[in-house]
Amino acid sequence: MAVLTPQRSAPGSGAPERESRRLGFSQRLGRWDVKLSPYLYISPFFILFAVTGLFPLAYTAYVSVHDWSLLGGQGEFVGLQNFSDVLAQPTFWKSLGNTLSIFVLSSVPQVIIAITIAALLDQNLRSATFWRMGVLIPYVVAPVAVSMIFGRLFADQYGLINSMLGVIGMDPIAWHGDRLASHVAIASIVNYRWVGYNALIFLAAMQAVPRELYEAAVIDGAGRVRQFFSITVPQIRATIIFVVITSTIGGLQIFDEVRMFDATGLGGPDRNWMTTVLYLYDVAWGNQHSLGRASAVAWMLFLLIVLIGFVNFLITRQISTSGAAKKSKRKSNTRGNA
Amino acid sequence: MSSVAVTAQTAGEGAARAAARKRDRKASGSATRRAGWVVYAALGVVLLISVFPLYYTLLLGSSDPVEISRNPVPQWLPDLSLFTQFQTVIESTQINFWKALANSLIIAVVVSAAVVLFSTLAGYSFAKLRFRGRGPLLVFVIATMAVPTQLGVIPMYILMSDLDWIGKLQAVIVPALVTAFGVFWMTQYLSESLPYELIEAARVDGASMIRTFWSIALPAARPAAAMLGLFTFVQQWTNFFWPSIVLNSSNPTLPLVVKSLQSNYFVDYSLVMGGVFLVTLPLLVIFAFVGKQLVAGIMQGAVKG
Repeated sequence: MAVLTPQRSAPGSGAPERESRRLGFSQRLGRWDVKLSPYLYISPFFILFAVTGLFPLAYTAYVSVHDWSLLGGQGEFVGLQNFSDVLAQPTFWKSLGNTLSIFVLSSVPQVIIAITIAALLDQNLRSATFWRMGVLIPYVVAPVAVSMIFGRLFADQYGLINSMLGVIGMDPIAWHGDRLASHVAIASIVNYRWVGYNALIFLAAMQAVPRELYEAAVIDGAGRVRQFFSITVPQIRATIIFVVITSTIGGLQIFDEVRMFDATGLGGPDRNWMTTVLYLYDVAWGNQHSLGRASAVAWMLFLLIVLIGFVNFLITRQISTSGAAKKSKRKSNTRGNA
Repeated sequence: MSSVAVTAQTAGEGAARAAARKRDRKASGSATRRAGWVVYAALGVVLLISVFPLYYTLLLGSSDPVEISRNPVPQWLPDLSLFTQFQTVIESTQINFWKALANSLIIAVVVSAAVVLFSTLAGYSFAKLRFRGRGPLLVFVIATMAVPTQLGVIPMYILMSDLDWIGKLQAVIVPALVTAFGVFWMTQYLSESLPYELIEAARVDGASMIRTFWSIALPAARPAAAMLGLFTFVQQWTNFFWPSIVLNSSNPTLPLVVKSLQSNYFVDYSLVMGGVFLVTLPLLVIFAFVGKQLVAGIMQGAVKG
């Protein structure tokens, strides 16, 4: 390697020589290299992010207070007119209700099922990688494809689910006609894609739980279920918070699934399953062609996400820390008994 | 608070590994016994549910269009007529299948490469170099991960149409070139796995900063970079929302092809489903090769938070 220059001191570590000698060109270059390089290396991120992340954020606010059409471009300043226009549209409120309903129907079962699958995968399994890969398959299938497939599975007539319901003697459900039923169907599409992914995240956290805790619990006579609730859940609380928050942000922005749930892609005849992001899309690029109003929708959605994320955080922390407190109390009791 | 917990988890990992090794040696004791058949049965059901929708797509794709409209499950085994559907989709002039495949590939490859390069550069800087403002800048990067991207779609669209990029691939590529998650991920990895001694040794040998990055940091970052690349690839390949806004049916990506299948052919469900499977196939093939790493990546990412 290039060890042929023993005379020259390493650039950047030349502090002692500073007074005694004048710097050679290459040394000065070296010093600038050390000083500037870090900024140079982080600059692609910050420059690109400023243009494609930060600027749009601020600009959304600017667009939202202007009359701004898709084809005509910027119009005059209208203040909060766009916001009040949007708030006056019943479809906006309906989309908000749909979003919340689909969000709750998807994220709650998603976390519960994922944590259950993770607990299964956390056992001492033969060919563990095979099972892990198996649960991840849905993740690599594009949501639009998944949605189309499930749209067919949940077809009102001649759908597989309804004909299976027929076999067990139930009436077919109007998956595309009934509002709640459509939400259940769409939530199952979301869950299909994300349960396995989240299960692996939970699994990673579970594997980091010290096995000694389980051994101690077994000695105390705790069963599998008790071990799960008293050791596993409190131990992986940071991961639970992480998954709940990420699924909240994702869950409130559902678009692909609802857009592909039927051939028209506008939330059904009565906008029964139009979510807020789909509504935003429709306002901007669909029938209203108003980028100003769509920006107002974006801001209100953003505030909602922040609000729900915050509430989520508080609740999750409450649940998980109280669980942790109980656990540590129990642990000290155990020690006392022994 | 959560960062403390995450650190605790990472610390616990070594203990868990040791315990797992011990557990393998003596497979006795009720806490450490091998999983029973109930666990395998339950996981088997999960696996069936994971695979079934794709299998069902194959079935619908290889059945007769008339039959499919009367019977939800026309047959139990896919047959060769599936290839006829594939052929129809590939040759259809309305769909642009090859163009979509090429576009998806270009977008996914270019974006993954760029995200990996830029994230490693920035991550190396944040993890190993000293400079003024490092702390606040890193906090800023992490904070931006919480901002939902869809908030900015309208100004981005305005920007893209001002640049006259609507319908062009760069409209999809350029906004995706960097991610805060990538920077955070590489920072985490490099701060743990790249010893300062290696960097200093290279500097003493007279390597310039960029040379040090290129021949020391980049090779050290390879495992994490591979994970980041895989994830970005899957993300871009399955991405629909933004491409559906800035691209059109004459220059589509594969998810957009699914959309146009649905609107152009939705009467002929067997054709649509054959097409959906065909569009899904490339990523399934890739997954067969890299699934293991993808799993490892998710597991690793979870521990690091």
